[in-house]
Amino acid sequence: MTNLSRRAALKSAGAGSLLAAAMAAGLLRPSDALADWNKGAFEAKTVSDALKSLKVASPAETKDIAIRAPDIAENGAVVPIEIQSNIPGTKSIAVLIEKNPFPYAGSFDVSQGALPFVALRVKMGESSNVRVVVAAADGKFYTAVKEVKVTIGGCGG
Amino acid sequence: MADPMKIRARLEGDVADVRVLMAHPMETGQRKDAAGNVVPLHFIQTITAQLNGKPVFQAEVSQAISRNPVFGFKVKGAKAGDKLTITWIDNKGDKRTDEVTLTAG
Repeated sequence: MTNLSRRAALKSAGAGSLLAAAMAAGLLRPSDALADWNKGAFEAKTVSDALKSLKVASPAETKDIAIRAPDIAENGAVVPIEIQSNIPGTKSIAVLIEKNPFPYAGSFDVSQGALPFVALRVKMGESSNVRVVVAAADGKFYTAVKEVKVTIGGCGG
Repeated sequence: MADPMKIRARLEGDVADVRVLMAHPMETGQRKDAAGNVVPLHFIQTITAQLNGKPVFQAEVSQAISRNPVFGFKVKGAKAGDKLTITWIDNKGDKRTDEVTLTAG
């Protein structure tokens, strides 16, 4: 199964010789070829720039997003976060660590057959708000925050 | 090829409660090794879960996810015997796919 899809990928890469040439020339890194990885949002250094790249317009503060995370994280390298959205028609859940060098930690698309829930573990450089932005089916955005205090940062290693 | 994922899926009615552990260094590009050289960025970028070949959960993530990432999610409309397939792709183009068959209980 893995080999088959890999073969298919190689074949299509061969067909797209222009793309392959661009990659070989170092113009495109492999990550650029992935259409669904939002490079602009991931490289944004502020929350507002990241939200702009994610096309999030005026998210409304809500109590319908439950964020479970420790109040005080002893180890910033591994901070467990659980998010449950109670907003009807939740399509995706985005997570931003406001004070990380690159705040946008990722987003999770639950619109195709998953419940509006996600659990993850993140690195946090320092104490910060964890901001969650939910996109709903009606095109509206909702947001909630949870403050996490970090005693040992997770980015310097 | 990276080490296999550890996938645990528990059926509660028609919802599969999934937890997956991936083996990956998730380098941030900010850490320095013992010799003082910056360790280059190396992290998982996209994750896809499929139930019987149909995508049910997708994620795009950054280097802020912890080393050896653990994710949890819940898939609707699952039943015993269904195949759950999870794939990740990192920024170097490496990928890994693993599959489990859901069991009752």
